[in-house]
Amino acid sequence: MNRFLLPLSIFIVVVVFLGIGLKLNPREIPSPLVGKAAPDFSQPQLFEPAKVFSPADMKGKVWLLNFWASWCSGCKTEHPVLMDLAKSGEVPIYGMDYKDQRDEAMTWLSRWGNPYPIVGVDDAGRVGINYGVYGVPETYVIDKQGVIQYKQIGPLDPETVEKKIIPLVKQLEAQ
Amino acid sequence: MIPEIGHFALILALCVAVVQGILPIYGAAVGNSALMAVAKPAARGQFLLVLTAFGCLAYAFAEKDFSVLYVAATSNSQLPLHYRLAAIWGAHEGSLLLWTLILTIWMFAVTLFSAHLPESTRSRILGVMGLVSIGFLLFMLTVSNPFERLIPAAAEGRDLNPLLQDPGMVIHPPMLYMGYVGFSVAFAFAIAALLGGNLDAAWARWSRPWTTVAWCFLTVGIAMGSGWAYYELGWGGWWFWDPVENASFMPWLAGTALVHSLAVTDKRGGFKVWTVLLAIMAFSLSLLGTFLVRSGVLTSVHAFATDPKRGMFILAFLAIVIGGSLALYAWRAPRVGLGGSFAAMSREGMLLANNVLLVAAMGSVLLGTLYPLFLDALDLGKISVGPPYFDSVFVPLMAPAVFLMGVGPLAQWKKASLPDLAKRLKWAFGVSVITAIVLPLVMGTWTPLLSLGLLLAIWIATTSVVTLRERLTHVAGNSLGERLASVPRSYWGMLVAHCGIAVFIVGVTMVKGFETEKDVRMNVGETATIGDYLFRFDGAQDVVGPNYTAARGSFSVSRDGRETTVLYPEKRRYTAQNQVMTEAAIDPGLLRDLYVSLGEPLDDGAWSVRLYHKPFVDWIWGGCFIMALGGVLAISDRRYRIAWRRQEPAVPAATRAARRKVA
Repeated sequence: MNRFLLPLSIFIVVVVFLGIGLKLNPREIPSPLVGKAAPDFSQPQLFEPAKVFSPADMKGKVWLLNFWASWCSGCKTEHPVLMDLAKSGEVPIYGMDYKDQRDEAMTWLSRWGNPYPIVGVDDAGRVGINYGVYGVPETYVIDKQGVIQYKQIGPLDPETVEKKIIPLVKQLEAQ
Repeated sequence: MIPEIGHFALILALCVAVVQGILPIYGAAVGNSALMAVAKPAARGQFLLVLTAFGCLAYAFAEKDFSVLYVAATSNSQLPLHYRLAAIWGAHEGSLLLWTLILTIWMFAVTLFSAHLPESTRSRILGVMGLVSIGFLLFMLTVSNPFERLIPAAAEGRDLNPLLQDPGMVIHPPMLYMGYVGFSVAFAFAIAALLGGNLDAAWARWSRPWTTVAWCFLTVGIAMGSGWAYYELGWGGWWFWDPVENASFMPWLAGTALVHSLAVTDKRGGFKVWTVLLAIMAFSLSLLGTFLVRSGVLTSVHAFATDPKRGMFILAFLAIVIGGSLALYAWRAPRVGLGGSFAAMSREGMLLANNVLLVAAMGSVLLGTLYPLFLDALDLGKISVGPPYFDSVFVPLMAPAVFLMGVGPLAQWKKASLPDLAKRLKWAFGVSVITAIVLPLVMGTWTPLLSLGLLLAIWIATTSVVTLRERLTHVAGNSLGERLASVPRSYWGMLVAHCGIAVFIVGVTMVKGFETEKDVRMNVGETATIGDYLFRFDGAQDVVGPNYTAARGSFSVSRDGRETTVLYPEKRRYTAQNQVMTEAAIDPGLLRDLYVSLGEPLDDGAWSVRLYHKPFVDWIWGGCFIMALGGVLAISDRRYRIAWRRQEPAVPAATRAARRKVA
């Protein structure tokens, strides 16, 4: 081959890969927990600290577990999407208030709206560690047998909810 | 109204760029001097238009005009003025405008300092720069318009990312871009030469100062970025092999190779094809860096918000500019010829080896940066490539390059004799080896890497002394002072830049070898020792800044009972984005930095605290600045001043004065 064409050839290969790369999402990290049973916990509830919140109560239901915090700006971005999803009644969203102040969390929910039937409190971040939370917000789809079927890192957006979460929930509920 | 003027100025600039990109190049091809004459006024006009647009955006920021989407997204009414202005390049749209502004500044500079160039060459250079500028202006006007309105206007802006609210950030991007975009001049020279078919020594002589200036800016820009990461990210590291850092480092490696290869083309007429390829490569890597940062194909701490349309645009632009130049290269380069022949053992041979090593290093950085993307694209899994790869690839490539750096300046052109070189360098070699082995033992720890680092640094220093001494015996003058003065400045430039590398290596080696770090829980009044220093935690207080609230810790540092300094690290919460930032406190010193950063508050006023003792860390950046100083010395050399003075009678006195200032 003509050695003067070599730089061009290398460049073309790189461009092809960059083109493919544009369609991929480097932030999508496969979670080792997907397909495994959701780690158990039993945490006090935000609004009624005397009661506990545990995944065991959810057996037989398809549900979302959403890690959030009042200090997290991504959670604010995600919040309207959660409100819409909660209103649609497609799937219940349970909250886990991650490393937060109880009063700030309650103010946040009363100010912006509360999409969660129950919010658990994970002030020490222990539950987060068991679930492999990288950062809030993160959302897990858990099926009737208590198995994690999907993990969303970062804020949910309407498109993800529309194209991934709702179809997945429907399919899981049909099982 | 003002933002619309800015927007309109950009549209006009695009029209001018189209004219500038087509007519002069066509004119040069058919020999029409009227068409060629368009280049200069077009370039100047474009500069003024883009400057106007930039001014309009600056005005919108200064006036807190939150009806401009970009202003509302990246600033806040509480943000101080200097950060509001720095916010112009705090996100995607504005940094593109800065990119384009700097491109036109370089164009303007070319119109000022190109009187000695043949008309056709100058038209082609400005034409090529105009073509590059079309791409960026189109990019802004189609998918990233900084002047887009937000109606109704936001009541309050979302604020600048707190990470960027830092004095270093005000100056780092302009410096870096001056470097990136500066390579566009060398690139345009190379393309012009390929188009015209006259790749001669004159071409290399003209390209050299431009390349060196761009290289200096890039060196300083990278050093400042690294310094910023050091004190702003709060991890105590200075280089992370992050994709965005790599994106700036690759053009630097190619640019360094280019500076050396141009020297050979200038002095000996050799390496022509290789030099052209390097010129194309340096600028292509700058563009690739822009793509990597802007498109979101790689994750990085620096990555801007991503948009697939933008990624597609830059990729297409990249393909046209780089693909086009490399195709032109493949077509025209075979006719250029090789220049003078030389033996493997000669200054040319060593510079070539050095070049190959630099390019190989660049290639390995490129591979490491893109490897996760390749694997992901081929569906072979997700991986990330980190410091272990880069360190283990980079050091073996750079060590021989640094070794050659010591020998190269002493070797004769064309053919050198190895026994002769060995004889001249035996003292330098002996001193380096012995010091490198003994010094770490004296300091208390001996590791192979520590010794290797010191060996390379001392090698550069001692060979520089030998080189200078030999040079002094060859120059005219009786006293030592006279002879020192008659060594040309470009020669001093080379020595200084090489010594900058030595200083840099000392910094890296000493930090790697001797740094100590401690993560401790500290109650008020408690002490911790690191290095020879005793840190006492005097508690943390709440303070209020212009757009943040913070907990400020207070640490008294003492050594042997004498107080050294008091450090105030902060944990800031920026209110607009509710983001928490760690502001490390650093006591810098020539021989060591003391570095404290606050972790998390614990109960009873205690904090988790991270303490570092970093010997010689400032030498890392000092070395970079010395390298850049070498570059400045090189371009202040007499022969460039003569080149400019020669055409002085033709220009008015005011321009002459301005020119002298720039020169």
